[in-house]
Amino acid sequence: MNGKVMGTLLALILGFSLVLSGCGTEKQAPIVIGGIFSITGPASYLGEPERNTLQMMVADINAKGGIKGRPVKAVIYDSEANVTKARLNAEKLITKDKALAIIGPSLTHTSMTVLEVTQKAKTPLISCAAGVGIVSPASERVWVFKTAQTDQMAVARIFQYLQKQGLTKVAIITVSTGFGVSGKKQLETQASKYGLEIVGNEVFGEKDTDMTPQLTKIRETDAQAVICWGTGPAPALVAKNMKQLGFTTILIQSHGAASKKFIELAGDAADGILLPAGKLAIFKQLPDTDPEKKVCQTYDDMYQKKYKAPASSFGGYAYDAFNILKMAVEKAGADKAKVRDAIENTKNYVGGPYISRDGKTENRMKRPGPLAAWYRFHPSRILPNNPVLSKTTDKIS
Amino acid sequence: METLGPLLQYLISGLTNGAIYALIALGFSIIYNATTIINFAQGEMVMLGALCAISFYHLYPSLPLAFLGGVAVVTLVGLLFERLALRPVRDQSPLILIIITIGGADFFSGLAMMIWGKEAYSLPPFTGSKPLHFFSATLLPQNLWVVGLGILFVLLLEAFFRYTLVGKAMRACSYNRQAARLAGLPVNRMVQLSFGLSAALGAAGGILVAPLTLGIYDMGAMLGLKGFSAAILGGLGSILGGVLGGLLIGVAEALASGLISSGYRDAVAFLILLVVLFLRPQGLVGSRR
Amino acid sequence: MSRRYLANPWLLFALGVILVRLVVANDYYFTLLNIIGIHALLVVGLNLLLGYAGQISLGHAAFFGLGAYTSGILTATYGVNPWLALPVGLVVAGVAAFLVGVPALKLRGYYLAMATLGFGIIVYIIFNQTQELTGGPSGLSGIPSLSLGSFSLDSPDRLFILIWLILWVILILSANLVDSRLGRAVRALHESEPAAQSLGVNTFRAKLLIFVWSALYAALAGSLYAHTLNFIAPSSFGFMFSIKLVTMVVVGGMPASGDPCWGLPCLRFCRNSW
Repeated sequence: MNGKVMGTLLALILGFSLVLSGCGTEKQAPIVIGGIFSITGPASYLGEPERNTLQMMVADINAKGGIKGRPVKAVIYDSEANVTKARLNAEKLITKDKALAIIGPSLTHTSMTVLEVTQKAKTPLISCAAGVGIVSPASERVWVFKTAQTDQMAVARIFQYLQKQGLTKVAIITVSTGFGVSGKKQLETQASKYGLEIVGNEVFGEKDTDMTPQLTKIRETDAQAVICWGTGPAPALVAKNMKQLGFTTILIQSHGAASKKFIELAGDAADGILLPAGKLAIFKQLPDTDPEKKVCQTYDDMYQKKYKAPASSFGGYAYDAFNILKMAVEKAGADKAKVRDAIENTKNYVGGPYISRDGKTENRMKRPGPLAAWYRFHPSRILPNNPVLSKTTDKIS
Repeated sequence: METLGPLLQYLISGLTNGAIYALIALGFSIIYNATTIINFAQGEMVMLGALCAISFYHLYPSLPLAFLGGVAVVTLVGLLFERLALRPVRDQSPLILIIITIGGADFFSGLAMMIWGKEAYSLPPFTGSKPLHFFSATLLPQNLWVVGLGILFVLLLEAFFRYTLVGKAMRACSYNRQAARLAGLPVNRMVQLSFGLSAALGAAGGILVAPLTLGIYDMGAMLGLKGFSAAILGGLGSILGGVLGGLLIGVAEALASGLISSGYRDAVAFLILLVVLFLRPQGLVGSRR
Repeated sequence: MSRRYLANPWLLFALGVILVRLVVANDYYFTLLNIIGIHALLVVGLNLLLGYAGQISLGHAAFFGLGAYTSGILTATYGVNPWLALPVGLVVAGVAAFLVGVPALKLRGYYLAMATLGFGIIVYIIFNQTQELTGGPSGLSGIPSLSLGSFSLDSPDRLFILIWLILWVILILSANLVDSRLGRAVRALHESEPAAQSLGVNTFRAKLLIFVWSALYAALAGSLYAHTLNFIAPSSFGFMFSIKLVTMVVVGGMPASGDPCWGLPCLRFCRNSW
């Protein structure tokens, strides 16, 4: 045991001194952009497209000569949806890789732990996660931004619609993950503002495969609409189970369900479901006059070409984050504080929804324009659902 | 009458899930009888079965063929798993074996992630998706398929152990391995067979529910644990016990999420597990070994 | 393992810690070392149970979580002094371990493994579901850093000394425990429970004590973890982490008290941490 201890200690010390001696600074250093995504593990469906997107964008900008002539280097780590890992990743990016700014992480809880580091190190962080808690209270979270729609906005969009339809009673069924819990909180707090009463309030697990008990309970209420808040395959099962149980009320999904995969999984049950989401999901059906159509088209083309798969709105969060960061660096140079100010003052960015914080108003949106567009699922594709188009849903309800 | 409606619906949901837990529980019991190993990779067989069948169905759209193909592939996987991962370490302590089978489970779900990716896939229902009305409840034809074929498999299994020579030999091995070996039975072959058999059962369960639950690479872990809880509840090693345990856990879960709180649904199976372990570790119908 | 042998490694260990503190200049490595130190605490505790007493626990992450959440909730939500919250966390985890241990430790092998696993999963679900208290799956933030008087341990290098000092004390304590009356009883029952009983050892009591003891280590580690990261979420205390801990113990080499914390850095370093 004696020798073993000594050997290990020696190895440790030797290892550290080696690492330290290797830490010399290079002369023409590239701008380092850090990325922390849940590339593997339970949330890999978010992290993988985000990583792919960041890699693609960095390769693209370097091919074009970098930002103001300086090459860009992306250092991307996998947090595996793990708080401890994400924290270590962040420390490493800041102290070892000297990242100018960090994009990610993919999830609310990993973002919350990473921002502890970035706040202290005064490094801009652009999170790709949904939770409102990441950027509020704004007076404290000075260095944090995020590109994913907050649940706050999505909920408001849904409730506006319900109010317009003259509905007053809703049932909600939410997933018990960070995404679902945060959404549930928003649904509960905003309901009264729109004159809505929540008559059924159920939850389901991320990996649950049968929601009929919860939905049966909802069926017993007099809910006029059901709102489902979830990601991954579970929302599709909610849709299927509702069809099985013979629901006649409308189902509204969150932006977490905005993918073609949802239609594939839910099959016929997807017909007529409504949801708020970024425009990427349906850009092909947008009118050519919509400035966002071109952005979505460019991103989708690039992604298709490189990865032989359609772009997803999750990757879109990283796409927006990178572009906003790029604009800020072009304007402010490679200085953390200046970049932060530039991000906060981003104007006229055309892309996904972009939320930032502002010294005075919390979570104020910096960019005018439609945040969450409104869609209707059709068995074969997702359609934009303008208020004019909502006749079909009237008929259903 | 007012409350009967939802109750019946919970029951249908519970029995359907319970049937799958029961098939998994039987897989645990068969292997346990043959080797006294708990194979934590049992849930992954369900996942592999579902995903293989989905792939076969996409190659050639025939459900019976996809079913057979899925079961065949997974049976082979089960046989190989025993031969390559477990036979070399048979006599290790339970702790090492737990780690090895959990490692196996990790390996299978990782492998599935590499083959099928992280997306979920759907399998069309065996006969239509038009809901049937049953008193105040609605159910899908697939619910009937799951329960019906589940019962059939259990009966076949019972008959296999009771009436066929191989089945009798497997039972002999589980009663006393030494004596069976002395009687000239190929014990190793029987052990391997038990892994194949339980893999086949798991795969069949996975394919049966795939139209209801979708197939995804990480579906196995929770199913495996619930199936194990079911096996413990019924009595580890007992066929009747496994069936009973599976159905009870399925129904308890559905009732809990319908009547109490859906957030604690997964806790129910494990709460039952704890209560049974603490009060009656031999299970409902098991005898103390 | 006599005292003559032990004197050296402990001194070396302390010297090593001081040396590392002087040589390392990067916060990332300190954070990494802090996490390793915390995991080492967990592993040393689990090793007492697994390596010495031969009792399996697949639910140790729950005790880790109970310590972390008690400290986190008391300090972040109720503004209690961290040094007061820490012992409360120990009590909570200790009581939980006692309540589970009494019925569970009558079981053996797979049955004990499953009972602890079930307990771990239930606690994990409770962390997720009691959102008013724990913040739910999105986690609990705003946990203050530890401080010694007015000296705040809010940077990884300052915390490093504290965590490794605690680990040092715990290692010495554990080595002594193994040589104590309880330690001998525990080792005896690992070999053969009937034999130990026939020698007059109250095996159940010994198992229970060592189970609670190792849960206390886990809670201590949890409390330190909460104050190190200033943020906790249920996902850190799930079933897979319990399995990982058991793997760390086995990889670290079970039989000796000091050893597993050496297996641990290897495991961590081998996995893409660097």
